Amino acid sequence: MKKNIKFYWKLFLSTFTLSAFTFGGGYVIVPLMRKKFVEELNWIEEEEMLNIVAISQSAPGMIAVNTSIMTGYRLAGVFGAIIATFGTVLPPLIIITIIAGFYTAFKENRIINALLLGMRAGVAAVIIDVIIKMARNVIKTKNNISIAIMVTALIAAVVFDINAALIIILSGVFGGFYYNIVKRTGESQ
Amino acid sequence: MIYLEIFLSFFQIGLFSFGGGYAALPLIEAQVLEYHNWLTIEEFADLLTISQMTPGPIAINAATFVGTKVAGLPGAVIATIGSVTPSFIIVLTLSYFYFRYKNLSSIQNILKGLRPAVVSLIASAGLSILMLTVFKTEGITLLNIKLSNINFVAIIMVVISVFILRKFKIDPIKVMLGTGVLGVLVYGLF
Repeated sequence: MKKNIKFYWKLFLSTFTLSAFTFGGGYVIVPLMRKKFVEELNWIEEEEMLNIVAISQSAPGMIAVNTSIMTGYRLAGVFGAIIATFGTVLPPLIIITIIAGFYTAFKENRIINALLLGMRAGVAAVIIDVIIKMARNVIKTKNNISIAIMVTALIAAVVFDINAALIIILSGVFGGFYYNIVKRTGESQ
Repeated sequence: MIYLEIFLSFFQIGLFSFGGGYAALPLIEAQVLEYHNWLTIEEFADLLTISQMTPGPIAINAATFVGTKVAGLPGAVIATIGSVTPSFIIVLTLSYFYFRYKNLSSIQNILKGLRPAVVSLIASAGLSILMLTVFKTEGITLLNIKLSNINFVAIIMVVISVFILRKFKIDPIKVMLGTGVLGVLVYGLF
């Protein structure tokens, strides 16, 4: 991958477009990023993308911004991180600056509300599509521990509403403990 | 100096919001309503409504909204820079160590434990959006589902979109725009 102006422009344009379509919370950017950087551009591998999301999630700040910073850094160092961050914050900055003057008219506009309600269905579909692929990849490994972590984390998040950062930290601690200590002692016996 | 005040307020919001999204809400409220009288309660409520309607993290939306109101466009830019600066420093530091040591087997093992959990976190976020899409009123749980609350048009749109995404390698953004246009036709005109 050559780091010329064309590359940086593509990085900026990708993060800008992804951010402009991140409706409904920071996690929505993850499926979009995966589609763009993993499937379309082949810049990052799937496992690495998941590592990046996990680490971004355990740092303070906004998930969409953190994931962009780390992806940018992975692709082109500190300068890449700056470009990716710039691309990510620009759409909300532009949109809110424009709307700030007439937001009452905006939030009560029937057509805009209908458009957003319709887009929500598309957002849900995009996430469902990506979850099917990612969950299938975890199941395909036939690693029972991974599948157990996935199911436990899902129950913790959906049923018990446990904080996402806590789930990340606990599963990391468990992974470190299990694969480093339990499994290694078992193998050496 | 107003610019420095704005910068520091949003720097704190960026630094102390863990877990993303609505975790930042109480911090934003404390900064812009309690410590500084930058917004009225009505304006704060409007900000939340607009944030739900526009893309992007709520902290950036708040930064731009408050910054514009207090000190115009430069205020918006400074507030936004303030809110991402802590992330920038912390995430870059983490990135540096991650890419340097990621091949160590002990780090690989931790990451091996993390990855399945991330899939579930994304699934959990997806489920909230799906619930919001499928039911007409908010706050629906599995216990109080009523037939009249279900938005069948949305269900059909979700099912068809998932089918199209899985069958054809189509750009997800086009799918979102497509359901948006359908939304205008179905909800807006009838």
